[in-house]
Amino acid sequence: MFAAAIAAVIAAMVLALVRAFAGPSLYDRVLAGNSFGTKTVLLIGLMGFITGRPDFLDIALLYALINFTATLAILRFFSYRRPKAAPAEPAAEARADPSDADKEPAA
Amino acid sequence: MNTFEVELTPAVYLDLALLTMLVLVAIAMLRSRHLFAVVMLSGIYSLLSAAFFVSLDAVDVAFTEAAVGAGVSTVLMLGGMLLTARREKPVTPGRAPTALFVVLAAGAALIYATIDMPAFGDPNAPANSAVGQDYVEQTPNDIAVPNIVTAVLASYRGFDTLGEVMVIFTAGVAVMLLLGAGSVRGGREVSDVDAEKDENA
Repeated sequence: MFAAAIAAVIAAMVLALVRAFAGPSLYDRVLAGNSFGTKTVLLIGLMGFITGRPDFLDIALLYALINFTATLAILRFFSYRRPKAAPAEPAAEARADPSDADKEPAA
Repeated sequence: MNTFEVELTPAVYLDLALLTMLVLVAIAMLRSRHLFAVVMLSGIYSLLSAAFFVSLDAVDVAFTEAAVGAGVSTVLMLGGMLLTARREKPVTPGRAPTALFVVLAAGAALIYATIDMPAFGDPNAPANSAVGQDYVEQTPNDIAVPNIVTAVLASYRGFDTLGEVMVIFTAGVAVMLLLGAGSVRGGREVSDVDAEKDENA
């Protein structure tokens, strides 16, 4: 049963890889990286159970923490700007998310 | 010379799947000219090799790989990328054949060297029979650490690991000095329109 689950997780990893290879926009790739990290967490947990050492689950949890922090750190680099074609916002400088307003403007 | 047949257990198939994905990610990183994609792919590469290290039972190495490779170095590379262009310049075609020849020669030599290596998991291999055997037998008596790799890294080679930590710390401080504090704090305006333009260019 665990072997089947591992096979399924590997298949999901391949799908995330396809998105990371192809993904046209930045956010596709961020999302692919994040979901690949989640698949790694699952895979490590499953590997722990299939080898009879459930203590691997602690390591998998730590991976989940790293993955979460890394994704936040990556997204912190980009302040999202709505494309100029958007009709609702006339100003080109307008931010898509008002919570971004406290950030200092980029150089 | 006695031969040792590798048993095709599910674990071997798992390792094969992980290594295949590693190779695919590496090829994709080489072929992509979009630097952000390369940074994200290198994070995925680190996560994959961390999973592979866990499957090899080197849990602490895997943890370092995940924290440094997928976490810190992704952020550092992003910081570096924001200081330069978003796309890699095309390689000059004239210089490619020499580099290709050097890489192929080195690769052929390395593959030729692997012919002499013992089979994977061979109990008679030097790594498993001589010193390694001593570590496996003595570690439970010497140190109460269940994972032998951890015991070797943190206790038998404790001073070596301390030196490594100092080297990595110095490298990290140097990189932070080069990038400057602003690159970590600021961020650059990015929109999907630019990204699509980049992809189509």
